[in-house]
Amino acid sequence: MVRFLAFSPLLIAVVFGAFFLWGLNPDRDPNAIPSVLISQPAPEFTLEPVEGLDVPGLSRADLLATDRPVIVNVFASWCVPCRAEHAVLTALAEDEGQILYGINYKDKPKDAVRWLNELGNPYQRIGSDLTGRAGIEWGISGVPETFIVGAGGVVLYRYVGPVVGDEAVATFRAALNAAGALSNGAGS
Amino acid sequence: MRRFLVYVTLGVFLAAPVHAVEPDEILADRVLEDRARDISKGLRCVVCQNQDIDSSNAGVARDLRLLVRERLVAGDTDEEVVAYVRARYGDYVLLSPPLTPATYALWFAPVVLAGLSLFAFVMVTRRRRNTPLEKALTPVEEEQIAAYLNSKDQGAGG
Repeated sequence: MVRFLAFSPLLIAVVFGAFFLWGLNPDRDPNAIPSVLISQPAPEFTLEPVEGLDVPGLSRADLLATDRPVIVNVFASWCVPCRAEHAVLTALAEDEGQILYGINYKDKPKDAVRWLNELGNPYQRIGSDLTGRAGIEWGISGVPETFIVGAGGVVLYRYVGPVVGDEAVATFRAALNAAGALSNGAGS
Repeated sequence: MRRFLVYVTLGVFLAAPVHAVEPDEILADRVLEDRARDISKGLRCVVCQNQDIDSSNAGVARDLRLLVRERLVAGDTDEEVVAYVRARYGDYVLLSPPLTPATYALWFAPVVLAGLSLFAFVMVTRRRRNTPLEKALTPVEEEQIAAYLNSKDQGAGG
């Protein structure tokens, strides 16, 4: 017993050391909130088209009906990073043939139409979430957020924040690859 | 001094109504509103983490406050409201972590550590009590010490 007590400082040091090793890992983001949606079917929501835009709306049924992975991007015209992200998403949709759906979060339809006219519209469907309720169903904490929904409407991946910059794009592309979206893509 | 006390009292009472909850959110039904406030205090704002949605000014926090009130008006119990939000935002949205296998360490570590330290304390004190008191010096040792001290004294003196 005395022998055990003699070893306890070592034991405590090892436990604390392991904790610090875990806590100080630069790749760990303590602010990351894991999404409950991952590996779950897409949440229940039905969104009307954006008024004044000739693009169909978006609902859960559209996601359940897909037979290949879909990118669902939550955006708004008032969201500055969305503007930077727009180019990345456009490239994915137009150059690589990805299916891109949008949720226009708490945006005035007029502003959304002007924004899309100015930058171009890469979205095949856009749902207008005027109240932000669909955003809650998706568990978002802000815009932009981007989800990858697999065939059959299962949510595979969530990216919080703009997919901008080499590192973010590489992370997102890796997730697309894992979802099997890139091998189907026309460009790659 | 009296004036100071008046200021403090006024400050406390006037500051009380200052909240993030905006007037248009507040329910007319006093009981439901109180319940909504209680529930909101236990829900984490997902934007400004570590703040509850009751005191947060973030847009999503406001949406969640409205959602909580909407569910209450629809007749949900407090538990159902919390479960509704938890289903969408996960355990992270609860400010007090639920007891799940992932949080066993969090909940039981304090008890286990307190038990271990109590055990160690008992072991050490018992061992100390069992060790015999220090033996007195033998006459021979006393003599040696006296002789040594003597020689020291003489050395210092001369």
